[in-house]
Amino acid sequence: MDQILSNISLLFEFPVVNLKIVIDGLMIGALFALAAYGLALVWGVMNVKNLAQGDFVIAGGYVSWWLVQQGVPPLLGVPAAFIVMWGIGWVAYKLVISRVIERDLFTSLLATFGLAIMMAQIMNLMFGSDTQSVDLGYKTLYFFDELIDVPIAKLIGVLMAATLAAGVIIFMKSSRMGQAIRATAQDARAARVLGIDTEKVYAFTFSLNAAICGAAGAIIVMVWLIQPFYGITHSIRAFVIVTAAGLGNLPGVIAAGLGIGALEQYGAHIFGIGYQQAIAVLLLLLVLIIRLFQQLRNRQVLK
Amino acid sequence: MAKNKVILYAVVLTISFLAPFVFPTFGTQLATLWLMIIVAMTWDMTGGQMGYNSLGNIFFYGTGMYVAAVISIGMVYNVGDYTNAAGGGIFEFTDQQYFTGLVLGIIGAGLFCSITALIIGYITFGLRGPYFAIGTLGVAIAGGELVSNWDWVGGGQGIALPVYPGDLDEGKVFFYFLFAVTGIVLFIFLKWFYRTRFGAAINAIRDDEEKADAMGIHTLRYKLITWAIAAFFVGVAGGISGFQLIHFEPLETAYQTINLGIFMVVCVLLGGKGTLWGPIVGAILFHLFKEVTWNYFLGWQWVALGALIIVTVVYFQDGVLGWLMHKRPEWFGIRVENKSSGDAR
Repeated sequence: MDQILSNISLLFEFPVVNLKIVIDGLMIGALFALAAYGLALVWGVMNVKNLAQGDFVIAGGYVSWWLVQQGVPPLLGVPAAFIVMWGIGWVAYKLVISRVIERDLFTSLLATFGLAIMMAQIMNLMFGSDTQSVDLGYKTLYFFDELIDVPIAKLIGVLMAATLAAGVIIFMKSSRMGQAIRATAQDARAARVLGIDTEKVYAFTFSLNAAICGAAGAIIVMVWLIQPFYGITHSIRAFVIVTAAGLGNLPGVIAAGLGIGALEQYGAHIFGIGYQQAIAVLLLLLVLIIRLFQQLRNRQVLK
Repeated sequence: MAKNKVILYAVVLTISFLAPFVFPTFGTQLATLWLMIIVAMTWDMTGGQMGYNSLGNIFFYGTGMYVAAVISIGMVYNVGDYTNAAGGGIFEFTDQQYFTGLVLGIIGAGLFCSITALIIGYITFGLRGPYFAIGTLGVAIAGGELVSNWDWVGGGQGIALPVYPGDLDEGKVFFYFLFAVTGIVLFIFLKWFYRTRFGAAINAIRDDEEKADAMGIHTLRYKLITWAIAAFFVGVAGGISGFQLIHFEPLETAYQTINLGIFMVVCVLLGGKGTLWGPIVGAILFHLFKEVTWNYFLGWQWVALGALIIVTVVYFQDGVLGWLMHKRPEWFGIRVENKSSGDAR
């Protein structure tokens, strides 16, 4: 308890520390937002709640990490992870997801949970259970008498995440496939009547989601750590963000992602790094409860 | 029909009574099987009969373990001192202290979990469908993470309980029968429970909650009480597990979200959701599958389990009993219209 109080008072004594926490949080939050955007896409288009989302992220990270071990330059790992995870997402769609789209939501939740367990374990068998990261070897920038440190690697990571997000948004807005995806999300039956091959759209959407997650993971391995069993926390973060922002609300997803990154950093600073996972989960509960009370106002039941 | 049932129950009871003596080497395995049966049956109370698919029932298992430990240790020593020393031999328990702690700890675990279920349920039962599943999963994960940071109960190191004060094999049989008796009590209770008006009410909630509400069923109250009963039995099972395992730690043993927490759901789906015998059949099949993969595909067992989950959920969601009910409705006393009335008694 004393520790917590002194941590809080530190925030007021040195306001610059706040800035450092916020910057750290925003940089990591940008990556959370990327994975959450993929989840919102799949959720909105095919009504599947993908609990394996975080494991796609971690798998992408391992693709990039493995390539770096083979001597490939780290920055090439991001497009490589994008392509490899596209393939894995397509296989996962054909084997599992395509059969749960029409079913109730709990089915898809449980099926993807099974997928998550499988993926985490396969990665554990392939790469071992140690935490891994890739060192880009760039310098760190210092501001305010070295109180704030911004590694250039992180800046590059945020830049790449922003580029990827922009690319996906432009793709969804202007390409034929993007239009087909949005049409399917609005009304799958009408889209089918109008000649859109919804099966192809679903496969494409899920592969795109896996690829986005993979690229996010490849960036995360450069700026942070990955470990085979970290996937579930990433999934939960993605759920927090999407539940907080709502479906089809892109600015909301980005804002919620950045916000959650910052909140988590604050929590880790105040309560200690051991609570970081717990904070992510408690944020989920908080968001669900807030949403619940908002809904309660609309629900009309005689009491 | 009634005679057949009596024979069936007699056979099952005899097998469960004789099992630990006929297969003494599998004592712990059989106890674990009963544990799976208990948690599967309690999961089915909300998941199968009430339509609320919780992924967080494991929260009560872990909480039950810790409550039982804290009660049984706290009756004799200061818990903080005890966990600081990590059970370093200075702390002796007499036989009487052990058994009083065991009984009070297990009952206390059940009661505490019931109360927790009422509190958590009051918040989470407003959530519907998959949101309830994710919300309860969040509760379970958060519980594990918070306990693993709580030094008073041992933190991430876990906590060690006193050892059973007798012969080791005798202890195995003792814990087997603790689980078995809990399981049988639960079965008898559920058999009665599902036939009452209360059981009909929770089935109505599953089928259409809005209509049930409109019919004047106070849905929240029914949901809370059902979950509290389920939590009581899970807590008791957790308490017994704690004494059986002697040492446990928060993330992998107590709040094992991706192990037992998901196994119980798979057991129910495998056996047949919303039936009395389904969870039992499912638990037996699942436990067999799990032990076979653990023995022969070591390292790949989790992959096999993940695959089993996916296959069960995607292709075989009615479960064994659901499938049988479809193929042989007369076995379940269901009258089928276009059959002669002779075989549908």
